[in-house]
Amino acid sequence: MAVEAVRVDPAAGIAPGSALEFETVIGLEVHAQLLTRSKMYCGCLADYADAPPNTATCPVCLGLPGALPVANRAAIELALLTGLSLGCRIPGYNKLDRKNYVYPDLPKGYQISQYDLPLCAGGALTFVSGGVTRTAGITRVHVEEDTGRLVHRSEVGGEVSLVDLNRSGVPLMEIVGDPDLRSPEEAKDYLIALRQILRYIGASTGNMEEGAFRCDANISTRTRDGVLVGSKVEVKNMNSFRAVERALRFEETRQRAALSAGEAVPQETRGWVEDRGVTVSQRTKEQAHDYRYFPEPDLPPLDADAAMVATVRARLPELPLARRARFAAAFGLGEGDAALLTAEREIADTFEAAIGPEATPGEARAAANWILNDLMGLQGQRGLPPHVLPLSADQLRDLLSALAGGEMTARAAKELLPQVEPEELPRAAAARLNLLSLDDTGVVDAAVAETLAAFPAAVADYRAGKKAAIGRLIGETMKRTGGRARPDDVRRRLQAALDADG
Amino acid sequence: MALTDADVDHVASLARLGLSAEERARLRDQLSTILGHIEVLDRLDTAAIPPTAQVLPLINVLREDAPRPSLSRDEALANAPRQADGFFEVHAVLTGGPDAEEEAP
Ligand SMILES: [Zn+2]
Repeated sequence: MAVEAVRVDPAAGIAPGSALEFETVIGLEVHAQLLTRSKMYCGCLADYADAPPNTATCPVCLGLPGALPVANRAAIELALLTGLSLGCRIPGYNKLDRKNYVYPDLPKGYQISQYDLPLCAGGALTFVSGGVTRTAGITRVHVEEDTGRLVHRSEVGGEVSLVDLNRSGVPLMEIVGDPDLRSPEEAKDYLIALRQILRYIGASTGNMEEGAFRCDANISTRTRDGVLVGSKVEVKNMNSFRAVERALRFEETRQRAALSAGEAVPQETRGWVEDRGVTVSQRTKEQAHDYRYFPEPDLPPLDADAAMVATVRARLPELPLARRARFAAAFGLGEGDAALLTAEREIADTFEAAIGPEATPGEARAAANWILNDLMGLQGQRGLPPHVLPLSADQLRDLLSALAGGEMTARAAKELLPQVEPEELPRAAAARLNLLSLDDTGVVDAAVAETLAAFPAAVADYRAGKKAAIGRLIGETMKRTGGRARPDDVRRRLQAALDADG
Repeated sequence: MALTDADVDHVASLARLGLSAEERARLRDQLSTILGHIEVLDRLDTAAIPPTAQVLPLINVLREDAPRPSLSRDEALANAPRQADGFFEVHAVLTGGPDAEEEAP
């Protein structure tokens, strides 16, 4: 990637205009909460979001002496499913290890994780960034457990930390990516694609705000000629896709400026401070990480054997990128529309169920337009989550067939949509709201006559040969029927009237 | 194997233990003796033996994903030396960080 200019302080010694060719190297580590009902090693509820502090704990996740963990089959299978969706190798034999450190949110004094033998290894994520299809390596996918939550509070006597252990022992998987990303945008697009896959396969909600999908980044900078090389900097505390892109852009700029000015980029951990838009060094005491991993004696090893892998592989759905390509090819949809339709599995499912297996490209495009424009617009107005449309597949199918059969005009449908009750079929709603197409020729004829009387100039234009003037008259007649007349019917009646009396 | 004072200090700091000079000297000698005892195993030729993580002949001991009742909050907090508003209360950690909530390392 060529960099046109480097913003440096001229006093720092680099001649203005000197063009250094920098390259940015980014690798991402994602922690995703696995979508299980119970915790990783005990039967406490894994959904801690709304639970009052310390109401979802037991001897295992409190780390009480003598408590014995038992691994959650669903968590192992979801991590395996993730590995398979990323094309990972499944080594078979794998084991759990203790990662030791002392911190108040870790009651056992160690986290049960996987060290040298992970569940899944060596895959790849294919994603689209800036219109280009890219592939980044996946180093490994392994299971681990979450820590408790700390809240800091200032009190009269000083500062204290409060500990809530509801989150302790909630199943996580860590997805470690190879350092294959070359820009902050690529990093963001990689994350979006990864989150999409996790949601498709039901491994995680991927909700970043709720902490179910967390990202740490390693970013370093070097010049293409290899003369200037900065150390790897780990960036933490990024709580949205936008934060990841902004934090990495800040780091990229900071590191390039440092190297340009002849300074070193030291290896360190930096935290993103959202409201100031900067990363700050988190170097506390200089202490090399010394986790003293050793095999977890309380848990037998795992063997993801052929039978287990086959069972899990059978659950793999069509993944977003493949579905997007199929939608584009089969239905003649543009890449952008296909991407939007397949971003959420539930929406793609609704689309396919509504149009049915025999749909023509025209019917598919019509359905896509209703989803992308009207239903997603209504989704936004109602504040619905991105995977929930205001209409079910049955409702959408009813609407599309009513439109195709001329029982409803597009205009009437747009007026109808916000008023359709849950589970009410749009035809029934249209009947209830008097929005079905007019079959009463008397009403349409009266509207035609009224329009002709009200717009003599347009009538004269048409009769003088300006046939386009009929457009105005059609629109006015439609308006007089409340949009319920069929436009082709109105056109025919207008033409008959205009061509008859001259 | 003879441990140095620096080794003992490192392990103590990882365990958040503060040691007096006398304790450090005593633990240095005791830990050295323990390690020396274990070192006997180094005499065995293990070249042909695969690394073993577990001595029990068990594999894939898994439980179904079924929630079970948790402890009540009072039970969970029963042994806590200090508590506040349903939380365990501990000495402040990492104060002055960028956020009110800190993630573990
Ligand atoms: Zn528990």
